[in-house]
Amino acid sequence: MRRFLRPGHDPVRERLKRDLFQFNKTVEHGFPHQPSALGYSPFLRLMAIGTRSGAIKLYGAPGVEFMGLHEENNTVMQIHFIPDQCQLVTLLDDNSLHLWSLKQHGGASELLEEHRFTLKGPPGSPPSATQVTAVLPHSSREVLYLGTESGNIFVVELPSFRVLEDRTITPEAVLQRIPEDNCNRRSCELVEALREHPKNPDQILIGYSRGLIVLWDLQNNKATHHFLGSQQLENLYWQRDGSKFISCHYDGSYTQWPVSSDNRQPEPLENTVPYGPFPCKAISKIYWQTTKNGLPYIIFQGGMPRASYGDRHSISVIHGSQQTAFDFTSRVIDFFIIFSSDPAAEFDDPSALVVLAEEELVVIDLKSAGWPAVHPPYLASLHCSAITCSHHVSNIPLKLWERIISAGSKQNIHYSSMPWPIDGGTNIAPDPPQRDLLLTGHEDGTVRFWDASGVCLHLLYKLSTVRVFLTDADPNDNMNTLGEDEWPPLRKVGTFDPYSDDPRLGIQKIYLCKYSGYLAVAGTAGQVLVMELNDEDAEHVVDHAEADLLQDQEGYRWKGHEKLKTRDGPVRFEAGFQPFVLVQCQPPAVVTSLALHSEWKLVAFGTSHGFGLFDHQQKRLVFVKCTLHPSDQLALEGPLSRVKSLKKSLRQSFRRIRRSRVSSRKRRGGSGNASEVQEANAKFDQDALQEMELAPVQRKIEARSAEDSFTGFVRTLYFADTFLRDSSRHCPSLWAGTNGGTVYAFCLRVPPAERRMDEPVRAEQAKEIQLMHRAPVVGILVLDGRSTPLPEPLEVAHDLSKSPDMQGSHQLLVVSEEQFKVFTLPKVSSKLKLKLTALEGCRVRKVTVANFGSCKTDDYSENDLAVLTNLGDIQIISLPFLKLQIRYPCIRKEDVSGIASCVFTKYGQGFYLISPSEFERFSLSTKWLVEPRCIVDMPEVTINNHVHNKAGTENAARKS
Amino acid sequence: EFRRFSLERSKPGKFEEFYGLLQHVHKIPNVDVLVGYTDIHGDLLPINNDDNYHKAVSTANPLLRIFIQRKEDADYSAFGTDTMTRKKNVLSNVLRPDNHKKKPHIVISMPQDFRPVSSIIDVDILPETHRRVRLYKYGTDKPLGFYIRDGSSVRVTPHGLEKVPGIFISRLVPGGLAQSTGLLAVNDEVLEVNGIEVSGKSLDQVTDMMIANSRNLIITVRPANQRNNVVRNSRTSGSSGQSTESSLPSSTPNILGNLLQGEEESDEEDIIIEDSGEPQQIPKAAPTSESIESLSQIELLHESTQNGFLPSTEMNLNHSAGSISMEYEVPEPGRKSLEEDGTIITL
Repeated sequence: MRRFLRPGHDPVRERLKRDLFQFNKTVEHGFPHQPSALGYSPFLRLMAIGTRSGAIKLYGAPGVEFMGLHEENNTVMQIHFIPDQCQLVTLLDDNSLHLWSLKQHGGASELLEEHRFTLKGPPGSPPSATQVTAVLPHSSREVLYLGTESGNIFVVELPSFRVLEDRTITPEAVLQRIPEDNCNRRSCELVEALREHPKNPDQILIGYSRGLIVLWDLQNNKATHHFLGSQQLENLYWQRDGSKFISCHYDGSYTQWPVSSDNRQPEPLENTVPYGPFPCKAISKIYWQTTKNGLPYIIFQGGMPRASYGDRHSISVIHGSQQTAFDFTSRVIDFFIIFSSDPAAEFDDPSALVVLAEEELVVIDLKSAGWPAVHPPYLASLHCSAITCSHHVSNIPLKLWERIISAGSKQNIHYSSMPWPIDGGTNIAPDPPQRDLLLTGHEDGTVRFWDASGVCLHLLYKLSTVRVFLTDADPNDNMNTLGEDEWPPLRKVGTFDPYSDDPRLGIQKIYLCKYSGYLAVAGTAGQVLVMELNDEDAEHVVDHAEADLLQDQEGYRWKGHEKLKTRDGPVRFEAGFQPFVLVQCQPPAVVTSLALHSEWKLVAFGTSHGFGLFDHQQKRLVFVKCTLHPSDQLALEGPLSRVKSLKKSLRQSFRRIRRSRVSSRKRRGGSGNASEVQEANAKFDQDALQEMELAPVQRKIEARSAEDSFTGFVRTLYFADTFLRDSSRHCPSLWAGTNGGTVYAFCLRVPPAERRMDEPVRAEQAKEIQLMHRAPVVGILVLDGRSTPLPEPLEVAHDLSKSPDMQGSHQLLVVSEEQFKVFTLPKVSSKLKLKLTALEGCRVRKVTVANFGSCKTDDYSENDLAVLTNLGDIQIISLPFLKLQIRYPCIRKEDVSGIASCVFTKYGQGFYLISPSEFERFSLSTKWLVEPRCIVDMPEVTINNHVHNKAGTENAARKS
Repeated sequence: EFRRFSLERSKPGKFEEFYGLLQHVHKIPNVDVLVGYTDIHGDLLPINNDDNYHKAVSTANPLLRIFIQRKEDADYSAFGTDTMTRKKNVLSNVLRPDNHKKKPHIVISMPQDFRPVSSIIDVDILPETHRRVRLYKYGTDKPLGFYIRDGSSVRVTPHGLEKVPGIFISRLVPGGLAQSTGLLAVNDEVLEVNGIEVSGKSLDQVTDMMIANSRNLIITVRPANQRNNVVRNSRTSGSSGQSTESSLPSSTPNILGNLLQGEEESDEEDIIIEDSGEPQQIPKAAPTSESIESLSQIELLHESTQNGFLPSTEMNLNHSAGSISMEYEVPEPGRKSLEEDGTIITL
């Protein structure tokens, strides 16, 4: 950018820039991608989630969030909070242990890594000697017990991670203390579980993989009891009073064992196979929770009959005669129970079951009848159906906000009313300055409305467009209608459902007018719906129109999907946004651009064939314009042939992405499934690399011509009240920009309000601009006489914006992928330009006008363009002079889906997907910054707190 | 028929005078003729203005062989910097025009009718191992026609020789502009695109930069074959090398970048159709200080191309003139706008 660094560096402007712009990635919304471990501290009431990429995230009360990242980017295998401390230990799949602390700094808490440690065996010993399989943070807070694959249990001091070698519990020492007839050296291979006695901190229960369980006295260094299980052991759990414990096994059984001083080798009290008698899958984790009424809760993961339900991801809850197997749509990573943490309490009295599945977090209220789910305030599964588009609306008027919330609350009646049980820490962030909505469109035809004002992205309301259409799936088909006496008693829980019945339902464009409550939604099969907010249920007919975008073009054949079939007759809609107009484009190609003008009551839509304007007041199509180039056969044939033609280049770019990943990735041991996937990936990488060496990647250098494909693809639509024909009279206008660098301007005649229903809206083409560089037009904007962008429809009517300057001459800004150009109006002459691609080799992907306020003075703000390029950089470009202000790297350029998903807000913030389930929030503004700021105080620790429950250590020994 | 006469080498005069002299010597005062001469390499080159007339005189050694043809049966393809073998044929064609029945399809005479398709520029400011090539895409139907790829090259750095990633030409499309110029070749390393260094940029970025500049593309390459390099301060090298001792002001590559920016402002006028009327070029709005600056830059560059233009530029016939029907008159320097007509098709 030599151009901008040339003389004329204005120090005043430079200072102002510092007060206006600043780049921060502030918070990640949604559900962590590929979670791999879960931990919970009943003392701090914080939950921790670890991921396969080495991230660790802590959640407490809504707004309380911390994030840490292990440098190694290795999978987090286990997370254990240190009892009664603001500390936790993580175990990674490279066998390293990490100690993290929550420290207060500058009035807020921060999560910091303090120490790291890898257990080292004597020289020459195999790696399995020190491979950690079970971790037990002792309630003394001074030591960690580390069970290993070799059967040795090492003791390390905290926080220094110094190994106390004289305290190691070796298999030999254990075997000396128990009769030899039923044990041998092999019985003590691989420590599966370590559990501290709930009442006596000097005793720990050691479970070996082959079934031997030993109660070890730390004081006297000897085994006091041993228990001979016949089945391979999965996990252990103490009853609260320490008189019994329960073990669960590989064959799907669980066993209760008594612990008393008179019998050193007790027999099991009870051995149960809950889903027998046929072979069952392993029960990998079990809880035994006592209650006042005497009936315990037994909660366990797995154990389903192998043959018929072996593929289910279930957690069963048994309480007296009640039994439910909660059935999850994705693999269960781990779970924990929230129960009474008061050490003096006699019973556990569990209140909630918290399950981390691979794709969502599910919390079950165990106190209410029927065990309903609790609506989580955060960790929303954004991807319960794949996100296809997003739209952000800033500063929602209170009235609309309340109506959306009320519509949403009617959808959430099946949720429990229990307050969110994970409520540790205090949110000290200031209240969000305004109400913001993020709308996401999904593959299954739904639009989700998220409260994006603060740190917690919270689902307010879900809108489905499916009811308008006839689809194969019967909407009354309910997955949960299982008979009463069905066995096992499965119950589907959670919202994650990645399967779409019909991809044509997918939402592609959304436009919400926050003043009128009109919503336009457009989809994959050329459908455009206009909706209105209604606070009541209603049954009505949706007006239906067809827009033939090909008009009289002949000889073309659409080879893509068919249009969606509509329902005849009235349709019942629940309270919320209810469609009243449906326009279907013909051919039914995906809608590529959409604009709504709520004041003129017009909706404009564009596809790869052309664009149209619909009057949703009179329910009449005003005009259509075909933008096809006669030679562009591809656009007509539909998405199938397009895939074919792009296949090669897609394959190439895929390879390139793969290659860049392989270099950064590290080998992981991982569980069986994951390592298989990785092997397959590695093989693919290798193949791709070989192929690449044979044929190097080349790029063709060719000027764009009018004959290129998809030149008619409509990229942007824009309504403006401006001077299109002459400088004395302004009129409504519609602007459209295509992939081939053409801008069309139509002059509209909208009848005055009193005759709005009587006279038709008329449109006439007034201008057509062909950009000579022919790059796709991605943005069109009209600046008023003061060079301010024209306000949104109804913005002035609601006194939220100054009325535009209609005296001075207006200017037209056309943003293509390669250049920014300002033209005068009404006579189009070029005034200014910025040639981004020619100078920097990057192309514009997203562009929005954003308002930036100064952090120093309240009364200064300015409008600039926020631009995201194909390299993942964000640039801020001034208006109206098109000077580059500042540039920040934001998204990796290989992250194509991240770049495609980016959406800017009107006040210089933005969102983009960092995984299918997570939005990263960033801010370009010094003034508008939404980031977590919270504090975690140490709750008071009861003196001599040896007799506290140990839920903090509940996470011992998941199979690694 | 042959004539022999003498000229004063130090004062050759103007081309007009020389032309009159020729007509007088041959006693053909009212016949339009085409004048050519053989240079030191034996290439047949035209004489049609002061510049190449002076050039011809100065290179006479000591004899200047001049060929004169009637304009109507002139064989334009005879001119050019071709090899000796072809030149022989050319000469025989010229000497026995009746053997050659093919008529030229376009009558051309003055340099305005020639349009540059490529040139080597900035020879005086670039290292000898580099070559800066300008491709004039506008006005030709030929594709630019080349491919680039990633590769690595060896650079001298403060830490010794280092292998660094670079961008290379990987393929030339037969019949494309790039190939027809003969100035670019496979495995040439691309160093700059329109004055902007490509080091540190990805293949895709460089691709985008080239396409964005495709209408007036200037690429600086390090040719894979270094044997044809221009040798400075020597009159014994090839004719093109000699002649590219142009009058460009000695400037840095950065200035080139700015010059190009300025020049490009003029060559890329968008088109507007008002009320479905005739397509027109979009005019420039009232000049701001910035555009004044750019105008002066245009002139500068214009001058430099004129100077370096005739001797150093390969010329092609303006085929497009006949083949494109819709065409509008554009004043200088807007003659680059020829290709813009075919694009306005009102659907």
